[in-house]
Amino acid sequence: MSMSLHTLSVLVEDKPGVLTRVAGLFAARGFNIDSLAVGPTSDDGLSRMTIVVQVDRKPLEQITKQLNKLINVIKIIEHDEGDAVERELMLVKVRAASDDRQRVMEIATVFRVNVVDVTHSTLTLEATGKPEKLEALVELLNDFGVIELSRTGRIALARGDRGIREKSNRARVAAAGAEDWNGGGV
Amino acid sequence: MKVTGAQALFKSLEGEGVDTIFGIPGGAILPAYDPLIEANIRHVLCRHEQGAGHAAEGYAWASGKVGVALATSGPGGCNLVTALADAKMDSVPLVAITGQVPTPVVGNDAFQEADICGITMPITKHNYLVKDANQVAETIREAFHIASTGRPGPVLVDIPKDVLLQEITWNWPESVDLPGYKPTTKGNLRQVRSAARMIMESRRPVLYVGGGVIKANASAELFKLATEGRLPLTTTLMARGAFPDTHELALGMPGMHGGYTAVTAMQRADLLIALGSRFDDRVTGQLSTFAPNAKVIHVDIDPAEIGKNRNADIPIVGDAREVIANLHAELVRQQEEAGGIPDRSEWLAQLEEWKTTYPFRYDQPVDGPLKPQFAIERLYEATKSEAIVVAGVGQHQMWASQFWKFTEPRTWINSGGLGTMGFAVPAALGAAAARPDKRVVAIDGDGCFQMTAQELATSRTENIPFVTAIINNAHLGMVRQWQELFYQERYSQVYLSYDVPDYVKLAEAYGAVGLRAEHPDEVDAVVEKALSVTDRSVVIDFRVDSREMCFPMVPAGSSNDDIIVGPEGLRRTNDPAEAPVA
Repeated sequence: MSMSLHTLSVLVEDKPGVLTRVAGLFAARGFNIDSLAVGPTSDDGLSRMTIVVQVDRKPLEQITKQLNKLINVIKIIEHDEGDAVERELMLVKVRAASDDRQRVMEIATVFRVNVVDVTHSTLTLEATGKPEKLEALVELLNDFGVIELSRTGRIALARGDRGIREKSNRARVAAAGAEDWNGGGV
Repeated sequence: MKVTGAQALFKSLEGEGVDTIFGIPGGAILPAYDPLIEANIRHVLCRHEQGAGHAAEGYAWASGKVGVALATSGPGGCNLVTALADAKMDSVPLVAITGQVPTPVVGNDAFQEADICGITMPITKHNYLVKDANQVAETIREAFHIASTGRPGPVLVDIPKDVLLQEITWNWPESVDLPGYKPTTKGNLRQVRSAARMIMESRRPVLYVGGGVIKANASAELFKLATEGRLPLTTTLMARGAFPDTHELALGMPGMHGGYTAVTAMQRADLLIALGSRFDDRVTGQLSTFAPNAKVIHVDIDPAEIGKNRNADIPIVGDAREVIANLHAELVRQQEEAGGIPDRSEWLAQLEEWKTTYPFRYDQPVDGPLKPQFAIERLYEATKSEAIVVAGVGQHQMWASQFWKFTEPRTWINSGGLGTMGFAVPAALGAAAARPDKRVVAIDGDGCFQMTAQELATSRTENIPFVTAIINNAHLGMVRQWQELFYQERYSQVYLSYDVPDYVKLAEAYGAVGLRAEHPDEVDAVVEKALSVTDRSVVIDFRVDSREMCFPMVPAGSSNDDIIVGPEGLRRTNDPAEAPVA
């Protein structure tokens, strides 16, 4: 089985060292984190991480179980493909002197991205969307010369009416053999 | 009431019921050692922080309570690292408290500063840096809760010097609130019913009992399940004593140096009922050929262990004691419904035949040389189940586990997962501190002994006596065995010498009694002499045959079907590439 990309949402207590603990678990098992985005939530004291990792199914199951054992981790869900809204923010500074400027602006319009900074020779664009959209945009902008870019990494919310705390991770519950398992650490 | 952070620390430890701690003072932890004078807690002053850590482990193993170690910042904490890693691997409940440089200079490369939270993150269950003395009590409560519940493990609490000196109003939190930590203890009852049904259908079942059964204090429940269900069982290195070795259903230790019957029973079983065991590589051998025809019921409090190495047909997350009790009740009910226990006479007869044909064996020539197994067997005969046995790591550990017949839980203490040489002497010290009513016997190797022998001084000055039997084969014996078997007898850096140091003189220098036996006919007298001493520690130097190897053996990476029962079964490899990887 080939390795595939998986998106995990991890609800954590906002405590010192929690990012190191989570990242350390991946590092200790030799897994590469593709992207990791972290920020506050609507609950005081809780942060949410979105982790994209390239890994096989079996080791992924083991790592989510290990993550669950961290005292500061409250809940983990893995987003099934197509079952989540996924977005990423990118800032990109592109060469856009005289002749090219209009063409870059046209691309910006097509992609519905904002121009957030202008100089004589460059435009800085702010783009939001699915990772594939951002990649397509960069591909086009490469024709003009990308000076630098910065991406936030993916964030995701499951589709539907339920929040992360109400959702159960079916695969994990089945593996643990406890339907009433609350996902708490060990 | 106004108290300092240091006073709050000891009030908290008292609140958690701590009676004994093991440690060494130093600069950053100095403020804690002052209120210790008034605290109602015994402090055992060790000679090395690693010793304090292992002593706290031995205390926890023997008592079932949380072991506590205290050390200063920097090197103090760093010296605790091996003990913390050991406790993590073997699920030993431990709280380590370290001093830290004052908060204004944390991160400044101050004198004796080390980022001990960063260093110990992967080898603790959890750790804390306390930045405000108002959080000392809450943190200590959480640390003890985390260390002792769920799958037990080590927790480190790092407290900067200025926090220990900070004055606060004392407040003892009534309860612990950890939203991300809620271990599942109650097994799913529907799964338990299915498990009982699977046992009823099995013709060749084996209970595969691991250390979790000891941790959960589930021996009484296990005894009922095994005897009333007529289920034979293996007890892993971590579970020795969970079930009496003297019982007919006991198959002994499985694994790399386990008995033929235990290893082969699991290979031929049609059902493994894993209770608090984790399918460790030392037990399974080559995983793909392990117990090929067995279905698996896996009971563990840690969901991450289930399905990690071997898929479970029936996974049950829960506390071993609760689940085993439920399983016993359900099995008895189903047996009554079915009109009795399923007929497994053929299987039980087969196991009995293997036990008779392939016991652990060795040959002790009357006129020597002294065989290590003989020394251990005579020691066992003299103490029986009256003793708590502590082992280091290597050949002597395997022989001790093979030849001792354990009948009670918490009478066998060793370093299983991490394989920490030097574990035995300090762990015996801790066990003896926890159980002054019991005779504690450390069975150690000469290599292991020299790593932590300084705690004999602690034993003398703190008046915590125990017996250490050094199985002195003048070598790093297990490494020597591998070089003989897999590296064409090319011995590289394994010879230590029989008489450097002179262990009898060394014992005497530490205020212990030193004894020596070099011939088989000296053994009984020496053992009797050793056991007659109760007011101080005793060190016995058993000078044993250095060529004796540990059998049976499943070479690392081999299938358990290829178990070598004795030296006659050896096929020495001439190709270093065939040498298995440890």
